[in-house]
Amino acid sequence: MSTRLATGGRLLDRSRRCDFTFNGRRMQGHPGDTLASALLANGQMMVGRSFKYHRPRGIVASGAEEPNALVGLGEGARFEPNQRATTTELFDGLTCVSQNHWPSLDFDIGAVNTAVARFLPAGFYYKMFIHPRPFWKHVYEPFIRQSAGLGRASNPGDPDRYEHFHFFCDVAVIGGGVAGLQAALTAAEAGAKVLLMEQTAHWGGRAPVDGGDIDGQPVADWIAATLARLQAMPNVTLRNRCMGAGVYDHGYALGYERVADHTPGTDAPRHRLWRIRAGQIVTATGAIERPLSFAGNDIPGVMLAGAVRDYAVDYGVSIGDRTVVVTNNDDAYRTAITLKKLGLDIPVILDARQSGGGALADEARGMGIRVESGKGIAKVKGGRRVTGVAICAQAGEGAALEEIACDAVAMSGGWSPVVHLWSHCGGKLIWDEARAHFRPDPANPPRGAQGEAFVVPAGAANGAGDLASVVADAHAAGQAAARATGHKPRGKAPEAGTSPEAAMEPVWLMPQGAGVKLRMKAWLDYQNDVKVSDVQLAAREGYESVEHAKRYTTLGMATDQGKLSNINGLAILSDALNQPIPQTGTTTFRPPYTPISFSAIAGAARGPLFQPVRKTPMHSWHEANGADFEPVGQWRRPYCYPRGEEGRVEAVAREIRQTRQSLGLLDASTLGKIIVKGPDAGRFLDMLYTNMMSTLRPGKCRYGLMCNENGFLMDDGVVARLDEDTFLCHTTTGGAEAIHGHMEDWLQCEWWDWKVYTANVTEQYAQVGVAGPNSRKVLQKLTGDDISAEALPFMGWSEITVAGIAARVFRISFAGELSFELSVPASHGRALWEALLEAGEEFGVMPYGTEAMHVMRAEKGFIMIGDETDGTVIPQDLGLDWAISKKKADYIGKRAQERSHMADPSRWKLVGLETLDGSTLPDGAYATAAGHNANGQRHVQGRVTSTYHSPTLGRGIAMGLVLHGPDRMGEVLDFPKLDGGIVKARIVDPVFYDKDGEKQNV
Amino acid sequence: MSEAVTPLNGARYEGLAIIADAGLSGMITLRGDLSSKEVKAAVKQAVGLGIPAQRQALTGQATAVLWMSPDELLLICAYDGVAETIAALEEALKGQHFLAHNVSDARAYLHVSGAGARETLAKLCPVDLAPHAFTPGMVRRTRLAQIPAAFWLEDRGVFHLICFRSVADYAFTLLKTAALPGGEVGVYR
Repeated sequence: MSTRLATGGRLLDRSRRCDFTFNGRRMQGHPGDTLASALLANGQMMVGRSFKYHRPRGIVASGAEEPNALVGLGEGARFEPNQRATTTELFDGLTCVSQNHWPSLDFDIGAVNTAVARFLPAGFYYKMFIHPRPFWKHVYEPFIRQSAGLGRASNPGDPDRYEHFHFFCDVAVIGGGVAGLQAALTAAEAGAKVLLMEQTAHWGGRAPVDGGDIDGQPVADWIAATLARLQAMPNVTLRNRCMGAGVYDHGYALGYERVADHTPGTDAPRHRLWRIRAGQIVTATGAIERPLSFAGNDIPGVMLAGAVRDYAVDYGVSIGDRTVVVTNNDDAYRTAITLKKLGLDIPVILDARQSGGGALADEARGMGIRVESGKGIAKVKGGRRVTGVAICAQAGEGAALEEIACDAVAMSGGWSPVVHLWSHCGGKLIWDEARAHFRPDPANPPRGAQGEAFVVPAGAANGAGDLASVVADAHAAGQAAARATGHKPRGKAPEAGTSPEAAMEPVWLMPQGAGVKLRMKAWLDYQNDVKVSDVQLAAREGYESVEHAKRYTTLGMATDQGKLSNINGLAILSDALNQPIPQTGTTTFRPPYTPISFSAIAGAARGPLFQPVRKTPMHSWHEANGADFEPVGQWRRPYCYPRGEEGRVEAVAREIRQTRQSLGLLDASTLGKIIVKGPDAGRFLDMLYTNMMSTLRPGKCRYGLMCNENGFLMDDGVVARLDEDTFLCHTTTGGAEAIHGHMEDWLQCEWWDWKVYTANVTEQYAQVGVAGPNSRKVLQKLTGDDISAEALPFMGWSEITVAGIAARVFRISFAGELSFELSVPASHGRALWEALLEAGEEFGVMPYGTEAMHVMRAEKGFIMIGDETDGTVIPQDLGLDWAISKKKADYIGKRAQERSHMADPSRWKLVGLETLDGSTLPDGAYATAAGHNANGQRHVQGRVTSTYHSPTLGRGIAMGLVLHGPDRMGEVLDFPKLDGGIVKARIVDPVFYDKDGEKQNV
Repeated sequence: MSEAVTPLNGARYEGLAIIADAGLSGMITLRGDLSSKEVKAAVKQAVGLGIPAQRQALTGQATAVLWMSPDELLLICAYDGVAETIAALEEALKGQHFLAHNVSDARAYLHVSGAGARETLAKLCPVDLAPHAFTPGMVRRTRLAQIPAAFWLEDRGVFHLICFRSVADYAFTLLKTAALPGGEVGVYR
């Protein structure tokens, strides 16, 4: 039974109490506790079940590496699955539940899997679920979906706030232990601007637990003093609860600050994502202790030796009354000594090394602790809790020499430097034979654009062992980072006491000759249930690459990403493959270091800020008048303006009838407007458009087509010549920015000597389309200027004053009626709109939306970029040959359009389509042809590009691309519908309404 | 003539920073050879200021000149003085290759001020806003979360921020959210 000790717990505030619940059970802890330490203090050793076999799982670590203690945290909209209890700070009112069991943690049906474990080996899923094939869909997949995943999904409606923060510094130090503090201090004293991040709430890492002296003072005092010095420096920013999550190219790093996880309900943002640009990044990320692989090493009560010590010293928690320590190194003796000093029983220390330990072993013996060298654990006894261990010779096959009753096992397989952040951006590793770990290879650091190293490892993360070498290494790292950012480091490293330790000996399997029965109970990956036997099987089955073996066995693929299991697993794999460990190598370390919230990544981009919404100057009028909006790029444009009980269809029909019969208004402000000016502007536009623009006279407009280099039609619009040197190019709504970029691309990269300037003035103007037979009449009410057909003919423009507002008026028409487009400064757009509505009242004026615009242009046979074009259509396909200059030597796309496939007469061409029964063709429908292709699909000979019900004509109209279409007028095509049946449509001229253009040209 | 209306219509928020509609302002895009004596003289005549260096802004009495790119400036003047200023530029640059265009109505224009102004912007823009790094007279074209924006810092500690008019609501809500109480980062000192 784990419990709270009467005294101790350096991080606790024992004067205050925090109430919390676990699976509905009320428990108490103190401020300073982690959820894990508080659970242990309440005797809750078992906290969940494993993924595959549903084995009981207890807390095994005390930090970010914890694989087992994952809980569902919080309630309602704040519920979050898979939260690590070891890194969750306890707060009053915390609620959490354990995961991956049914119906309860103590009694779980899924645990039956463990009984059939020998039938669920590595690769089981791949082997089992392939046959018989139909079973996958109907049996296997539903079953796997049911059992897959840890924890429940979170609920919608997260009430918390998240944000980003951009930060720039010379040196970013990741990790606030002794090494990080020292590296930061050294760099800061050299004058560098330093950011120091620590993932926990406390500074100093685990040094206060392990003890020692720096500069003659106890390490805890040195930490406090160093922290105070750093806090006093104006060039240092300190951030705790902020994990260095990832290191990326060019000194970019992500920091994940858990601002308010421990104080829910305050007005602070919950998480803040630091987006850091650093000249140098120091990774002082410490080391993680490795488990030992012996049978039963997953039974609750078996814990990392360092964690056992942490819980005792930091939180005043004992894991059990009788703790067996098993180790291959000296460090674990500290756990035994610490526990013994607290009055707890250590029945035996099992040291796998034949030669035993060093000074610490002597100290333990001196305290009366039994120490057995060359011994290990044959198997752990117990089910949901450790009850004892069977001792064996490490060199043997696991014959039990003795059974010892205990309720906890503290294990240590040595320490692995946390090389994750070093590795994120390409830092390479070397295998340190003596210490049996991978550490950063100083010859192969992550490099920047100039080939310079930009990450410096420090302290235990660089493989440094005792306190003295950690401090010295960190000082050197701080100096290197300072120097690399142009500073002159001074001073020397503080002196730290050393404690000589006997060399560790790698132990990858305990005992080394363990038989298959033991190996099948020796866990590598606790969360995903990968055992020594699974990795060995993978090797036998030919999985030689560590990356393949990882995916086959799922080793290291759980939420902890194998922080405890990777090195042990690849050592087993190397042994099975009979090759040295460096040859096997590691799997790839990818950011983030531990999972970070999606909300932090999203930052402010949620709800109304999810995406920018572009609004025209008349947007608020549209909103107030019931517009039904649709997105067009990032704009919101009224699709139609329903009145009363009207649906979309009725509203669109009404708007069209009104416009065709009298007067309609369209908010056309979103159209792209680009000024092109300079002596070479005409020449430039001749290259950009397929038709001739340089011959356009000032005061006139011309419709133009723009193609890309491959000849495909990409944009269209009306060009107005403002004066000799200046053109105004209208683009499609969605094309404005891209076309402006396209222009600048050609001007800056190809024709840099041409005298042309462009400016995107799309948003300078509000634009209103005034369309319908009464459009001139309404304008005449608002202007004294001459807008008669003589003064302002079709495809002309002029400057007039409308309703007191200076405007450009363009005689252009997309609806096919007499129409004027008015362009005024955006700040006056709403005023113009309202003036037109008021003046138009006598004509029954109505605004019309994008759908009415679309139908009316289709009635006129006008193409629409994005409907008739899809990136594979050339103007010739659309019968727009009249808009392609034959005189010009060149234009962008001309060469491409001469290629054989582009000139192929069998390219589908634009025609009108008229259903025989008057119905509306389905959008995108294909016209079938005789026969089938190699895939058994019907041959096709055309497709619908635009299709609408025309209220003007009272039937469905459509445009489409059809094989030899223009030569087949009158032929009837079959268009199968998705839900069965066929619509028959006749090929007709695409201009359905006012073929001679008499209505627009009056 | 109707009253010109800014997209934010006088909106204001006070949190960690003060976010306020800066009102109507004249803005002119001027493209040309910034190293030429003609452009220099034209700018001097139009707004009484010189040509700013890269990423710098020069500020005068109710006028300013902002460096936008190697061949582009933004001239700030009174909203009602734009036509006159453009006329002056066109007169002074007659025969030169240049482009001067009114963009006063294309923009939303905000002031971001107060103790939290730097942190508010640093939450949204990838710019080093530390006091020693971003100093008065600097201008930066950057992004504000998901939209293009530019800002410059005046001597009295007010950030002037411009973005496109259509995204005024987005920009204001964004800045307001970044300036909500409780969001102090506390890094600039």
